[in-house]
Amino acid sequence: MLEHYLSLATRAIFVENMPLAFFLGLCSFLAISRRVETALGMGLAVIVVLGITCPLNHLLHRAFLAEGALAWLPGGERVNLSFLTFLVLIGTIAATVQIVEMAIDRLSPRLYGALGVFLPLIAVNCAILGGSLFMVERDYTFAESAVFGAGSGAGFALAIVALAAIRERLHYSNVPPPLRGLGITFIVVGLMAFGFMAFSGIQL
Amino acid sequence: MRREFRDALRDPLIDNNPIGLQVLGICSALAVTTQLSTAFVMCVSVLGVLTASSLAVSLLRQRIPSSIRIITQLTIIASLVIITDQILKAYVYEISLKLSVFVGLIITNCIVMGRAEAFAMQNPPALSVLDAVGNALGYSLVLLVVAFVRELLGSGSVAGITVLRTVSDGGWYVPNGLMMLAPAAFLLIGCFIWVVRSIRPEQVEEVYHVGALPEPGYEGDLR
Repeated sequence: MLEHYLSLATRAIFVENMPLAFFLGLCSFLAISRRVETALGMGLAVIVVLGITCPLNHLLHRAFLAEGALAWLPGGERVNLSFLTFLVLIGTIAATVQIVEMAIDRLSPRLYGALGVFLPLIAVNCAILGGSLFMVERDYTFAESAVFGAGSGAGFALAIVALAAIRERLHYSNVPPPLRGLGITFIVVGLMAFGFMAFSGIQL
Repeated sequence: MRREFRDALRDPLIDNNPIGLQVLGICSALAVTTQLSTAFVMCVSVLGVLTASSLAVSLLRQRIPSSIRIITQLTIIASLVIITDQILKAYVYEISLKLSVFVGLIITNCIVMGRAEAFAMQNPPALSVLDAVGNALGYSLVLLVVAFVRELLGSGSVAGITVLRTVSDGGWYVPNGLMMLAPAAFLLIGCFIWVVRSIRPEQVEEVYHVGALPEPGYEGDLR
């Protein structure tokens, strides 16, 4: 049983890396990767939020949205609310981000100082919504969705910190003017994606 | 006034391209570009959602309190995306399967949020709609160019019609499997930006001097 979860986590972190294999969360991936410190803060915030929203959305989906989930209501077996999935998922994510932000502010002001700026941005980060949508599409169980959420977050954090480190070094190199900034960053990300492809096929 | 309208429509195509310059909407742009047909459907969906959401946000702009504007915009966008998703499932089911989660991800497509927040909240409906159409076309331009190259080199066809006959079909063309994989999309967009900025040198980003890394907390263009 443990191996199953370990294998799922490895897949989420390395093989199906959110930004490098599925192109999810790329906007913040590119915008917040100029310094390693800030990239690390963003990565941690994504791990926390994905780790919470994925299982939470799983519960909501099972309880209300999936086909036949409302069968406990009188006449509920004819109701199918699955067309509301997007609205509920994004609502949960926006609300969770807000609550996590307030909780961190209250419990650990130091952590809030480090993560605070990023939390509102995460509500519209495609990686978070993507995590929940993949969870729905692949029909994960509750435990699986928690592992998948945290694992995907860890994959995002790993990739953004690595990219930030490369970009800090790139300041010292002589890039052709039209490629400076965004252009060379795309090419670096492409090369990183090559690197991550080496993980494909790994099974524990 | 006419000039304003023309600029709102034309600027986002090359001069202020959402993908190349504003760094918006890249997330969904890359995943759907292995084939021209999926990219085209994605472009049409984004055009519809973006235009309708800009119109709605612009009409409501005097009434949305600024403290809850993000969640209001998200609700408007999410409702429009649900409609789009249902239409795609009803009429082009095969393609909607291929797009899988990426239709839903239009909700968090930064172009839609970005234009609602940056333009439609301050401008009248007609101008906002033109700005939305312009941005959607700028996005489509990049998507279709990337999809064209990837499909042509990756499977030797354009929009499903064989152009280069592949070896497995008895032709001469050995398909470049790399084009079907994730890294190729990144490299192609990098090259696209390279070409555009070589033609328009005014878009080149300024150089950071050695040791002049931006301070922590700087991140002017947080998204």
